[in-house]
Amino acid sequence: MIDLFKFEELLTDDEKMVRDSVRSFVQARVMPLIRDCWREGRFPKELIGEMAALGLLGSTIHGYGCAGLGQVAYGLAMQELEHADSGVRSFVSVQNGLVMHPIHAFGTDEQKNHWLPQLAQGKAIGCFGLTEADFGSNPGGMRTTARSDGTDYVLNGAKMWITNGTIADVAVVFAKCDDRIRGFLVEQGTPGFTTREIQGKLSLRASVTAELVLEDCRIPLRNALPGAVGLRSALECLNRARYSIAWGAIGAASACFEEALEYAKNRVQFARPIAGYQLVQEKLVEMWNEINKAQLMTLRLGQLLERGLEDPTPISVAKRNNVKMALQAARTAREILGANGVVDDYVSMRHACNLEAVYTYEGTHDIHTLIVGQALTGIAAFS
Amino acid sequence: MKVLVPLKRVADPDNANKVKVTADGKKVETTGLEWKPNPFDEYAVETALRLTEDGTKPKTRAGEVVVVTFGPKECEITLRAMLATGADRAIRVEAEDDQLDGWLVARALKKLVEQEKPDLVLLGKQAVDGDTNQVGQILAELLGWPMATSAAMIKEDGEALLVGREVDGGVINLKVRLPAVVTVDLRIVAPASVYSKLTKADFKYNEGVRFAPLPAIMQAKKKPMAVLKLADLATDTALRIQYPRFEPPKGRAAGKKVKDVAELVDKLKNEAKVL
Repeated sequence: MIDLFKFEELLTDDEKMVRDSVRSFVQARVMPLIRDCWREGRFPKELIGEMAALGLLGSTIHGYGCAGLGQVAYGLAMQELEHADSGVRSFVSVQNGLVMHPIHAFGTDEQKNHWLPQLAQGKAIGCFGLTEADFGSNPGGMRTTARSDGTDYVLNGAKMWITNGTIADVAVVFAKCDDRIRGFLVEQGTPGFTTREIQGKLSLRASVTAELVLEDCRIPLRNALPGAVGLRSALECLNRARYSIAWGAIGAASACFEEALEYAKNRVQFARPIAGYQLVQEKLVEMWNEINKAQLMTLRLGQLLERGLEDPTPISVAKRNNVKMALQAARTAREILGANGVVDDYVSMRHACNLEAVYTYEGTHDIHTLIVGQALTGIAAFS
Repeated sequence: MKVLVPLKRVADPDNANKVKVTADGKKVETTGLEWKPNPFDEYAVETALRLTEDGTKPKTRAGEVVVVTFGPKECEITLRAMLATGADRAIRVEAEDDQLDGWLVARALKKLVEQEKPDLVLLGKQAVDGDTNQVGQILAELLGWPMATSAAMIKEDGEALLVGREVDGGVINLKVRLPAVVTVDLRIVAPASVYSKLTKADFKYNEGVRFAPLPAIMQAKKKPMAVLKLADLATDTALRIQYPRFEPPKGRAAGKKVKDVAELVDKLKNEAKVL
């Protein structure tokens, strides 16, 4: 993509190398599989080992065999993954931001030493259970409960729309315990803990989405995450994931733009490439324009995160802006491709379908609007 | 085994359309180009790594892989990426692209080989920018070492290498005694192309070059990068190859539509004069 703003100059050598290495991996390993995976509704589990070997899992954590990437480098890695598919990026976002991060930030040394190395090596997979069928944008209303009983906690409730749910070895589950929301580690195979894959998705088909059911599920007291107390701790994890989504969306949008540009330059109608028509140029310019704006803003966000961001509102700004931008770009690219665009030999419609879910997950577009609205006006529209 | 891999950055072949010639036609405009390692040189690094391991423990090196490039400071990212991929040490020889030709690079490499004393110099068969395909051959001649070019298969065999070269109609198998100079072709990165003496016979690599693991990228800064002056390696830096003038290729002319085979044959015979 033409780099008129010299974005490249704003990146360090480490950041460029991380991006390029993940890009090579995506081209060589993910792209040959992804169309069929999406078609078959299958997450490419066979890539987990290689993603771990590349250092994608827990990549911002220092120690425990993790890469210790800065936030910008991490963001660029997520951009490259979602250039292939939002589902593959979602797998990594969840493992990193929603599983390894809470264990690292809120867990005991014993929990960290037990889980982080195997999660980094891809020998264990994690998922994050916050959302419930009736409590999406309003997670504080959750019905899942935990009560202490002797040496155990007893969990009851159900979690919905859980990425990686059926393939996870460990679930970070939030439940109300004495009227406070707390985080717990629930291991696969614990009696009373079952998972069910959600079928029939028209989006994120190369990703596992599941329901988690907890029926008198007993876990030892030591499986509580001591630092994960209050909804704030869950939202802190979500902000990590939202940041990775902001970068990922740029990758998806870039893939669509590149496809549409190439197609428009080669597709001849009325004896001229359609790229030569004003209406098509307007579409291409708009896509390119928005991708470049998003990159510059999100890079700045990454730099702010690296020095410590007290107010997470800019993360909402970026998630909101970039996913909307990407969804628009994907739809526009599909339109430029005409009938060809509805066939999965081209990537744009797959991205468009994926981004429909990304638009409303990890904080819907509207909720992010209200978070920014609250920051501007001082008035919370959702409470 | 100690392997020296000279490599070159080239204008990203996927962005070849951005390569421009300066107004006076004297040189290729290099500002604003996106750079990539020459693909054949990446294959040479991959080959060097495969020759110094058993395939199952990519972090453990049996021997040493040293990468070297000639170029300005911006080239260091190319070397760092190779250090992240697994090379042990890097050397950058300070030079500008227009101060170099194959003859000078080969002579400077000869001097470097005398200092470094590698068992093997591995190069890409050619750089995809100038396509001169000569540095490896000149270097072998200057060193008086055995040489095998365009290798598609390498197997370590005692103090020698068995090298398979794909040619029209088959494969030529050579045995070169070490120390030697070998240049590699693209099929050297196939799953079963390179076997060190440690590699099990049934071991298969992933197709292609390995990816730099992210933790290794973060640690690549800790690996040594030496900077040498071109004058330290070559006293005579006059260029033997002169490029008097560059011209971009002419744009492709529009095609012609013919209404039937007879017209096609007529045009091929009388206009194109190829029949």
